[in-house]
Amino acid sequence: MEPTFQKPQMFLVLAAFLFATGLFGLLRRRTFIGMLIAGELIFSAASLNFMTMNRFFVSDPAIGQVFVLFIMGLAAAEVAIALSIIIAVYRNYRSINSRDLAELKG
Amino acid sequence: MKPFPGAQFVVLIVFAVAVLATVTGALLAVVSTRIIRSVCGLALCCCGLAGLYYFLQSPFLSLMEILIYVGAICVTIVFAVMLAEPDEAPPHEKTALVAWWGGSALLGSLAAFAGISYLGLNHTWTVLTPRIGQGTVKDLGIALLTSYSLAFELISLVLLISVLGALVVARQGRSRS
Repeated sequence: MEPTFQKPQMFLVLAAFLFATGLFGLLRRRTFIGMLIAGELIFSAASLNFMTMNRFFVSDPAIGQVFVLFIMGLAAAEVAIALSIIIAVYRNYRSINSRDLAELKG
Repeated sequence: MKPFPGAQFVVLIVFAVAVLATVTGALLAVVSTRIIRSVCGLALCCCGLAGLYYFLQSPFLSLMEILIYVGAICVTIVFAVMLAEPDEAPPHEKTALVAWWGGSALLGSLAAFAGISYLGLNHTWTVLTPRIGQGTVKDLGIALLTSYSLAFELISLVLLISVLGALVVARQGRSRS
C-alpha cells in the first residue's frame, strides 16, 4: 500500500481546510490585520492546491511551481500595499477596526 | 544497500508533523484574540506548508515558502503590529449579534470545507501522460526564462510598483501627526 503522502486526497482535504479557515477568519475578524492574515491563508490554500495538481496529475511538473512562485510574489506585493494602507488609516483614524471606518456609509 | 530500519515510519512521522503544524497554525491564526499570536500561527502554518511542498517533490518551493512567507510577510505584519494598535477591542454591540455572526461564519466555512473536500475526493482525476520533465530547479529556471519570461518581467514590475505605492501611501499624512 502506498503511504499517505503519495496520494492526492490528503493534500486536497488540507487545501480545503486552509481555505475554510481563511474564509472563517475573513468573516469573523474585526481588524484589518486579522483579515489580511486570513487572506494569506486563502492564498496558501490556492498554492497547496496548485502544487497537488502539479505533483499528481500534470505532465510537466514545472508549470505548477512557476504558478506558485507567482502567487507568492503577488502575495508579497499585496501585503506591502495593504500594510501601508493600514498604517495610513491608523494615522488618520487612530483605529484599524473595520467598524470605525464608516465615514462614507450612507 | 539496505535502507535504514523503520525509515518509512520516520518519513510518515515527519509528514504527520508537517500536517499538524499546518492545521494548528491555521487554527491559531484564525481563532486567537491577540494579533501577534495569530501572526505566529501564520508563521507556523507556513513552516508546515513548506514541509508539505517538500513531500510534493519541490524542495525549491519549500525553501521559497519559508523565505517569502515567514521571512518577509510575517515580519512585515509584525512591523505593522508594532506601528498600529491592532488588538481587537471587546465588541460593543450586543453579544447575541456577535454570536450569531460568528456562528454563521463558522457554518459557512464548514460548508465550504465539506463541499470542496467532497468535490476533491469524489472527482475521478485523470492523470495526463506522458510526463515530460521532472520539475527540478533546472527545469523551473528554463521555464521561467523561456515560456514564462513575460510573466516573470511583469511580476517584477508589479513588485516595483507595489513598493513605490507602499512608500507613497505610507508617507502621506506624516507631517500631519
